Amino acid sequence: MAIDTAVPPGEDPAPFQEEVSDPRRRDFINIAAVAWIGVGAGVVVLPLVNQMNPSADVLAQSTTEIDISKIEPGQAIKTTFRKQPLFVRNLTPKEISEADAVAVSSLRDPQTLEERTKTGKKNWLITLGVCTHLGCVPLGAGEGENKGPFGGYFCPCHGSAYDTAGRIRQGPAPRNLEVPQYTFNSDTVVTVG
Amino acid sequence: MSFPWAKHYEPKVPLMRWLDEKLPLPRLVYNAIGAGYPVPRNLNYFWNFGVLAGMALVIQIVTGVVLAMHYAANGGVAFGSVESIMRDVNAGWFLRYAHANGASMFLAVVYIHIGRGLYYGSYKAPREMVWLLGVVIFLLMMATAFMGYVLPWGQMSFWGAQVITGFFSAIPVVGDTVRIWLLGGFAPDNAALNRFFSLHYLLPFVIAGVIILHIWALHIPGSSNPTGVEVKSEQDTVPFHPYYTAKDGVGVGVFLLVFACLMFFAPNLLGHPDNYIEANPLSTPAHIVPEWYFLPFYAILKSFTADFFLPAKLWGVLAMFGSILLLFFLPWLDSSPVRSANFRPKLRIFLGILLLDVLLLGYVGGAEANARNVILGQIATAYYFAHFLIILPWVARSERPRPMPNSIMEAVLNKQEGTSITHSAATA
Repeated sequence: MAIDTAVPPGEDPAPFQEEVSDPRRRDFINIAAVAWIGVGAGVVVLPLVNQMNPSADVLAQSTTEIDISKIEPGQAIKTTFRKQPLFVRNLTPKEISEADAVAVSSLRDPQTLEERTKTGKKNWLITLGVCTHLGCVPLGAGEGENKGPFGGYFCPCHGSAYDTAGRIRQGPAPRNLEVPQYTFNSDTVVTVG
Repeated sequence: MSFPWAKHYEPKVPLMRWLDEKLPLPRLVYNAIGAGYPVPRNLNYFWNFGVLAGMALVIQIVTGVVLAMHYAANGGVAFGSVESIMRDVNAGWFLRYAHANGASMFLAVVYIHIGRGLYYGSYKAPREMVWLLGVVIFLLMMATAFMGYVLPWGQMSFWGAQVITGFFSAIPVVGDTVRIWLLGGFAPDNAALNRFFSLHYLLPFVIAGVIILHIWALHIPGSSNPTGVEVKSEQDTVPFHPYYTAKDGVGVGVFLLVFACLMFFAPNLLGHPDNYIEANPLSTPAHIVPEWYFLPFYAILKSFTADFFLPAKLWGVLAMFGSILLLFFLPWLDSSPVRSANFRPKLRIFLGILLLDVLLLGYVGGAEANARNVILGQIATAYYFAHFLIILPWVARSERPRPMPNSIMEAVLNKQEGTSITHSAATA
């Protein structure tokens, strides 16, 4: 205030008095400069945050083609999708009827087997092999592995049990095994992702 | 910052006088850990553990920097490079065993250091900031230890990373996005291993920085002591050097003895055999357990098995982080003006129970998740929170403390009289 309003001897006082207006011109320049630095700093943070996201080569693994011609009813294979285990299971008619017999409203994460498979391909259950609790690989896809009390998958880490539709039935996991996006290219080839 | 009777630094040789004028570093050291820092004369051996923790950090940094010269943070070769350190690098086995067991020693002395603070009320005014900075150091240590355990890229490393980063997917709505962002992929892989290595190298230096703040904040009121009575006169204190440098030296000797026994005779006692199997994203080990120092927190995580407004998984994660964040509020949860539990008969009992409770949590954290252990874990978890949120405030209000000595000197003299009386009785 004192500096702004001080008029040097012999000068016209008018331009100095103008600065007394609110906000003063000096405050305005100050706020604008700091705000612009803030914008600049924010823009620089973006790449620093973004570099943490999956890189292009990781994302390039986002589609996987699978040949399912060799999987007999009752069998399952363990493959990978985006570096995570993927279970492809050919359900037997008995397993399908077991899954259909469950009252959907009694489930923790209510879904029917239809909703979890493609139309007309109800016997092909394709899910991630990642327990929705803390990410262990459930047992049950390999020959002779423990399928748990509901005949689907069983996670050895904290005892989550999934049924023949890969739905959570018992234990700490909050959700059903995730069904990734996939399409049938033909009757024997599936593209996941 | 110090007591008026603290000795002043007087450089004796011209070189030191010259240095002191340009950069008063010798003066800083003299006032921090030399004769210029007056310390209560009655400290017991529990006061060694701060120095021991500092030494453990130095050991970790020295061995870690050297190990980083031989380690490769790439998913394809990380496991092999650790094996080559063990078999091919000259003295590599020594460095790696020192680093791995050094981490356990570091956490062990820090747990005793925290226990000392809880028992002697070191978190109370005027030392709240010392305590808060200490909790920050503890959180940084946990992050560093976790990321270090991932680096050998064995089965426990991989699945530990999978489970721990899985915590973040419990966050509603954005959880999965956050997890993928943290990992730089959809499962732990190269990107995650590299960033963990980078941060594992960085964080110890951040810890060192916060330790400087921790000691700075401590030296404003000065060290507490087993009676909890404030320093009143010069009689109550002795200079840090030579009195406590000598006493800490004894502790350092014992520390190194234990460390050497662990390192040379049982280097894998605290590790898991599964971590000598290379990481395999398609096969989970039968029994995933964290390192011993995380077991109590893992037990708290596992104790939530039913949804209650929020999903069970989110409760577990919140409780686990909450159990540590709770310590930030400790100075205000315990309103008793008496610091030392020596004069707080009720608190003494409850602190004993809390110790047993934490040990029980540790057992449950490492045990199989059967029905009995889940119930035990739930009871122990409930007690842990009850101790800090209910028992401690209640004890502070209802307890009648035992009579306290007027000064540190009086406490010391009474104790000496006590011993001399029994001594003379024995000789008579």
